[in-house]
Amino acid sequence: MNLHAICAIYRFEMARTGRTLFQSVVSPVISTCLYFVVFGAAIGSRITDIDGVTYGAFIVPGLIMLSLLTQSISNASFGIYFPKFTGTIYELLSAPVSYLEIVIGYVGAAATKSIVLSLIILATAGLFVPIEIAHPAWMVLFLVLTTVTFSLFGFIIGILADGFEQLQIVPLLVITPLAFLGGTFYSIAMLPPVWQTVTLFNPLVYLISGFRWSFYENADVGVGVSLAMAALFLTLCVAIVWWIFRSGYRLKA
Amino acid sequence: MQSIISVSGLTKTYASGFQALKRVDLEIRKGEIFALLGPNGAGKTTLISIICGIVNASDGTVTVAGHDIRRDYRTTRAMIGLVPQELTTDAFESVWNTVSFSRGLFGKPADPRHIEDVLRSLSLWDKKNNRIMTLSGGMKRRVLIAKALSHEPQILFLDEPTAGVDVELRQAMWEVVRKLRESGVTIILTTHYIEEAEQMADRIGVINRGELILVEDKVELMCKLGRKQLTLQLHDPLDAIPARLAEYGLTLASGGAELVYSYDTQGERTGITTLLSELRDAGIRLKDLNTTQTSLEDIFVSLVREPA
Repeated sequence: MNLHAICAIYRFEMARTGRTLFQSVVSPVISTCLYFVVFGAAIGSRITDIDGVTYGAFIVPGLIMLSLLTQSISNASFGIYFPKFTGTIYELLSAPVSYLEIVIGYVGAAATKSIVLSLIILATAGLFVPIEIAHPAWMVLFLVLTTVTFSLFGFIIGILADGFEQLQIVPLLVITPLAFLGGTFYSIAMLPPVWQTVTLFNPLVYLISGFRWSFYENADVGVGVSLAMAALFLTLCVAIVWWIFRSGYRLKA
Repeated sequence: MQSIISVSGLTKTYASGFQALKRVDLEIRKGEIFALLGPNGAGKTTLISIICGIVNASDGTVTVAGHDIRRDYRTTRAMIGLVPQELTTDAFESVWNTVSFSRGLFGKPADPRHIEDVLRSLSLWDKKNNRIMTLSGGMKRRVLIAKALSHEPQILFLDEPTAGVDVELRQAMWEVVRKLRESGVTIILTTHYIEEAEQMADRIGVINRGELILVEDKVELMCKLGRKQLTLQLHDPLDAIPARLAEYGLTLASGGAELVYSYDTQGERTGITTLLSELRDAGIRLKDLNTTQTSLEDIFVSLVREPA
């Protein structure tokens, strides 16, 4: 194991985060605050409690997930796409590093950043609504599983992308709508039965539901199912990354 | 001499169908400076890229110090430093950070002393905290060299290191290369400046259209392919070449004031001695004489010239 290389990549990526601190941390925090002002305070006060949880508190796990998913993808996809774009990837390809080490470095840094961000959002939310976490260990487990999975997903997008605009397509056009429709702002039990069934095809439902369960012990689907789905997505992403590196697809001529 | 890189049957066909390398065999000797010459698109960069692990070979094998570059990629890559042709740098990073990053990436523990030495030898020490984007093109080139040297490689690839670099920096760069060679580093360079290859290299390889058409010791190459010309400046101009000198194939130049004699340095006899004595017998007096040799550039052009 080339530990020096993993550290070098990780530190390099974290330094990049440091340089872009404003857009990396401040803007997601501001947008989350806006959600709380609008949905939590203004509209939320007119909505009845959901399963004994006030609406403002109910949306906290979903909002954290929303940021976590989009940020993990953005961070990781940009991290690997940029060297591809500038050409500095030659160094990575010519270095004595294994694929696993490259992935640990890039995905580890992207995941670290997303987790720090979600903790900041959690703390920010605490200023607006009282938050209790029923199962902290489960919460951390879902947080880490989801971040790593979606950072890997972002890494894949970064490798496949041909231009900067393509990096934004998945977070904006796929993840954000799926998160909105996956129970960030409502319990899927509030939907008509047909739509409840349709919603179950949305993979983010399982992640948001499981994460919310770790806070309030209420969930749209069983926590075991959520965990299994999270593990499934992780496995899928690992398999794709493994295939990309094995074949050199989009990396080596 | 012991060979450090061994390339055999190396073939590369790109997805587009373009065949960049056609069964190339090459041995690089430990400690030498090897210059790879060839026109644009000849396959120089592809060859280097395969050895360094950036491009996958279609067929053939490469070993570095006896290790296969695929199976033992950690060992082989750790031994190699690469200075790419393009000025690809992390624009927002500082010089110090980017060079330290390279060392870590190649699996070496941090060593600020070594990084300092490298930066000083390339006159980059003053710029260590500058962002790379603020540097000139020549400075960026030095940063790339510093990155390649950060992990103390035993083999250094320089792909067109002097393209777009001014004379002063070019000389400083060759000074660094010479010092590296003295310390035992093997250097493989590609260049368009043939006089550089002539000046720096121990051996020269010429590649054209994916085929290595020649690998030769520089001095031998110059001798073997080099033709020499002897120019004799005459005391009294001649109107025509005397009949008795016809067999030498002489030509008159400068309105009869000069006689030019071409000869092959590899020939059994150059014929110079007999020519001179015949001239004396013919009563032709000489003012001065000089000889010129074909340059590597002439040799190169004649090798890669398209067959008519």
